[in-house]
Amino acid sequence: MSQSRLELSDVKLSLNGKTLVEINCSVNAGEILTVMGPSGSGKSSLLAHIAGFLDPAFNASGVVLINGEDIGGLPAEQRKIGLLFQDPLLFPHLSIAGNLRFALPAQQSNKNHLISEGLKEIGLAGFEHRDPATLSGGQESRVALLRLLLSSPKAVLLDEPFSRLDSQLRREIRTQVFDKLRDAGLPTILVTHDQADADAAAGEVLYLA
Amino acid sequence: MLRFAYYSVIFLLTVPLLFGTAIAALPAFGYFPSLGSNEFSLFPWRDLIEVPGITQSIMVSLLAAIVTPLVALVLVFLFLASASGSKLDVWIRRLVSPLLSFPHAAAAFGLAFLIAPSGLLSRLISPGLSGWERPPDLLIVNDSWGLSLLLGLIVKEVPFLLLMSLAALPQINPAQRIKIARSLGYAPVIAWLKVVAPCLYPLIRLPVLAVIVFASATVDVALILGPTLPPTLSVRILSWFNDPDLSYRFLAAAAALLQLLISLAAVCAWLLLEKLAMLLWRFWLDSGNRASAESFFYSIGRCAMPSVLLVIAGSLVALLLNAFAASWRFPSLLPTSWTLRHWTSTWNELLAPLANTLVISISATVTALILVVATLEFERRRRIKKTTALWLLYLPLLIPQVVFLFGVVVLAESVHWQANRSLVIFGHLLFVLPYVFLSFSEPYRQLDPRWSQVASALGASSFKSFWRIRIPLLLSPCLTAIAIGMAISISLFLPTQLLGAGRITTITTEAVALTSAGSRNLIAVWAVVQLSLPMLGFMTALFIPKLLWRDRAGMREIR
Amino acid sequence: MKDDANAVRNAWVCWLVMVKLKLLSATLATGIFLIADKRNVASLLILLLVTNAANAKDLDINDWSSIEDLARGETVYFNAWGGETRINRYLSWAATTVKSRYDINLQHVKIADTAQAVSRVLAEKQAGNNTDGAIDLLWINGENFSALKQNQLLYGPWAEYQPNFPLVNADRFPEMREDFSIATDGLESPWTRSQLVFYYDSSVISGPPLSISELLSWAVENPSEFIYPRPPSFLGTTFLKQAILELSDNVAALYLPVSASNFDEITAPLWEYLDALHPNLLRSGRYFPSTAADLRRHMGDGEISLALAFNPNEAALAISSGELPKSARSYVLQGGTISNVSFLAIPFNSPHKAAAMVVSNFLLSPEAQSRASDPVHMGSTTVLSIEDLPDEARKMITAIDYGSAAVSIDDLNRKLREPHPSWTLALEQAWVQRYSAK
Repeated sequence: MSQSRLELSDVKLSLNGKTLVEINCSVNAGEILTVMGPSGSGKSSLLAHIAGFLDPAFNASGVVLINGEDIGGLPAEQRKIGLLFQDPLLFPHLSIAGNLRFALPAQQSNKNHLISEGLKEIGLAGFEHRDPATLSGGQESRVALLRLLLSSPKAVLLDEPFSRLDSQLRREIRTQVFDKLRDAGLPTILVTHDQADADAAAGEVLYLA
Repeated sequence: MLRFAYYSVIFLLTVPLLFGTAIAALPAFGYFPSLGSNEFSLFPWRDLIEVPGITQSIMVSLLAAIVTPLVALVLVFLFLASASGSKLDVWIRRLVSPLLSFPHAAAAFGLAFLIAPSGLLSRLISPGLSGWERPPDLLIVNDSWGLSLLLGLIVKEVPFLLLMSLAALPQINPAQRIKIARSLGYAPVIAWLKVVAPCLYPLIRLPVLAVIVFASATVDVALILGPTLPPTLSVRILSWFNDPDLSYRFLAAAAALLQLLISLAAVCAWLLLEKLAMLLWRFWLDSGNRASAESFFYSIGRCAMPSVLLVIAGSLVALLLNAFAASWRFPSLLPTSWTLRHWTSTWNELLAPLANTLVISISATVTALILVVATLEFERRRRIKKTTALWLLYLPLLIPQVVFLFGVVVLAESVHWQANRSLVIFGHLLFVLPYVFLSFSEPYRQLDPRWSQVASALGASSFKSFWRIRIPLLLSPCLTAIAIGMAISISLFLPTQLLGAGRITTITTEAVALTSAGSRNLIAVWAVVQLSLPMLGFMTALFIPKLLWRDRAGMREIR
Repeated sequence: MKDDANAVRNAWVCWLVMVKLKLLSATLATGIFLIADKRNVASLLILLLVTNAANAKDLDINDWSSIEDLARGETVYFNAWGGETRINRYLSWAATTVKSRYDINLQHVKIADTAQAVSRVLAEKQAGNNTDGAIDLLWINGENFSALKQNQLLYGPWAEYQPNFPLVNADRFPEMREDFSIATDGLESPWTRSQLVFYYDSSVISGPPLSISELLSWAVENPSEFIYPRPPSFLGTTFLKQAILELSDNVAALYLPVSASNFDEITAPLWEYLDALHPNLLRSGRYFPSTAADLRRHMGDGEISLALAFNPNEAALAISSGELPKSARSYVLQGGTISNVSFLAIPFNSPHKAAAMVVSNFLLSPEAQSRASDPVHMGSTTVLSIEDLPDEARKMITAIDYGSAAVSIDDLNRKLREPHPSWTLALEQAWVQRYSAK
């Protein structure tokens, strides 16, 4: 996997003249930056801005760089930034394999093999033709992570990805996700309410007011 | 491309309507160059005032315009108040779309066959209960005050308002409101009327206004059920437009403008009524009454909807019996002999209109759907918040058809757009577009934006994420919108007749043409075909997602 | 071929308008149009050239074979009242036949009221459409003909150039050249004959009234047993004309324009009569059926036992279709009843005049007319002069059996002529004025 680096240089978000977020940081490959703060502090808007979905009502300035390259002008689908939400958001009309295939680049060869290997790795071997609605919460989260990794992103944004899970499962999934992201050498930004998430991420923590 | 669709929708919803109305209005002030009248004058209005029975025509139109929405609204509200969450409620909810798809003309024929002196109801009590050996000499259908017309309109508009209410209800979370009111000691029906009704009404106000305009200006229903001595204003306008004495055009134009004024007056009267109702409701609310009249409202509410259903079911049975009856003299309840002859002998004549009906309704609906989706997608990508003002969508429903369609014909003629199928499709598009927009826009706007975000984060282009994610997720509402659009198109009479110059025959124009000279059996055959087409559409719309997503439990919750 | 050319023209005009008004949305209209008609531009241009050449050639009406040549491949939009299934089926037979014999596509445009077609022609004239009208052939007579003729909206003269026209023997039957006392001037060609007849249920009544005045006393004795369709439906208006022809003492005035006489004075006996009749009708004069078929339904339901029709074979045909009981019988009043001829006309702006004439000539042929007379097919009365026909056709027509409900030939010979068409409108208006606002 490629070694990449995510930089936010003087990124500033404001809404109706009021500044919400000002941030200047850089996340190296395999590092996890945790962003914490109360609701309405602009955490999610920050992720939306990086991923390319920011509502035009916001004013944004500053530069987002991946490997030194400004991605600000690119449409969301060309930014190569993976997203995990609180809900796993597996497409309900596609099978598990369909969901994973959706993430693979069109020109990718032996897709089926990649998919079955990936499923084996997360302990869901043979789940290709299953309906996503039949999976347990933990299984769904793992498929969502695998889907993200198969799209070969250059950076990852996590928007409270574990808050839906109960505490036992949360620890297990969290470890799995962080390990995988580190192994893949992906710079990651995590937005969370939960101090335990920040501790497990073991990286820099930013508090937004 | 998307921007183009967006402006096309606005264009289609306004220009033909406003221009059509304006052009139709010129002769009302004496301007009609091809009849040699190049100066403005008020003589058409003087003629109009002197038309015998014009006051009665106006009164019947006004009566229909006020009573229809009033009764329909009361029935719908009392039903919702008394049946929410019950088995009846679930059952009715399932039936409401197919009921709505019952074309006006077919419903009117069925009702006429049900309530006429020689109809099914009269046969049911004859000769045993009534002693009638021959049909009684009673003026029921075509009565002078339009009571049977009112009945026909109410039966058709109740499902419409019910569907609109059901669509709006989730926005105001009625269950929670009722819980709070009940915890304060209010009986359930009273609670619904006090805390849900006043918030629901503003959400369905535009549909109610559309009902007012439709009831005041309907042509096909009035032709079948309405009074004949004199007929309603809308029917008279049509006959004046078609009069061989060409000078009647002036009168027709003035009457068309009068029709517009009547619809407007009815709307104004309704708005006053609203104020009055609001006042009474305040008074009632302040009284703090918690349970009195509960059982009264409850029993009306529980009976209302089944009665409407019973009338519709009875009409359907009457149509089916007539379509297969060989010999059926009064007072036999059922035909004494049956035949398929009405069907076999009509089969060949059915094919061409059937093909036309399908081609026109599919083309108009698919075009409308493409425009609607493109507009919604434009809105979404530009993050425009519902810029398409809702009243714009209702414009084609708020201007009486008889008023602007004649102008559209003249307009099309003047650019030499000859009457043919494409012109009819264009005309249908004007009416199909609002319904497709109304039924598809909410599910489209409400679809969780994160689905698209996840898709593009996974590297899918807008094109891929639209076709592979948004459309499949919205398949069910999309098919429903198509079924509604096609049902509307199938039921359109006046636009097909006027824009197609009669060359383009559909099931509906053929059925209405038979009113003037078909046997009851033939009318029944055509009406049955007319009403089964939209039914088939709705069944397909229900069946395809079930089949496609039979292994996808998650698709049952997505909307 | 012509239609393809029209399609090009329409698409072209759409495009011009679009450019002119800069209305982007018109592109959409054109788009739908092109999709709907699936044309391709190259073949269209060729077609356009071909049809322009055809248009340029004037019709030579004296040379019928040149007309037939021109007619080949054309589509004729025949606007004819479509409310009677038998007639519709007959016309679809005619369409198959002219297709195989003359390569003409005959399209029956079913209209509920001929007045609609009159409006259409007017709207086209109003829009300046002088060459490309929607109607090629029109089933018409009376006030509709009069309105089109007066406004010069008809093509012609052409009718008497048809090879089959001599078969109607217009010298012996002047009604072939006279439509409601208006000279046809060759602008329309005879098609069918109609005559007012009464029919009754012989299982309910035995001695039906034999004159208009007897009808009143009969109705007083048998209330709710009779009703007539409301004017301006043609049957209702014909009933008024029939009544006034018997009740008026100045019949001559009815054959002149209504403006030439004192309308109130002449019609006074009619209103007096109707005022007395109406309380004894079904629904006591508060309702009238809209058409002949509507009236027939009241009879079929057993609500009334006496009714009227404008096709002498109507009761016979309705018995065979099960609409009327087998006990129905028809007859003509003792003093005769109104009879008229209905015609085919070609609007001034028909783009397919040659083919329209060929179709009309075919419908006038002994073959088409004898089939039309056959109750199995259409059951109308022929306009051909039976004595002048070739043997075979004559036998075919005279051999037809209409059954027990048919009117005898003697009865049908008691004919009254239609009054001047201006009376139609005047009587209709006066009736509506008096009785429509109860």
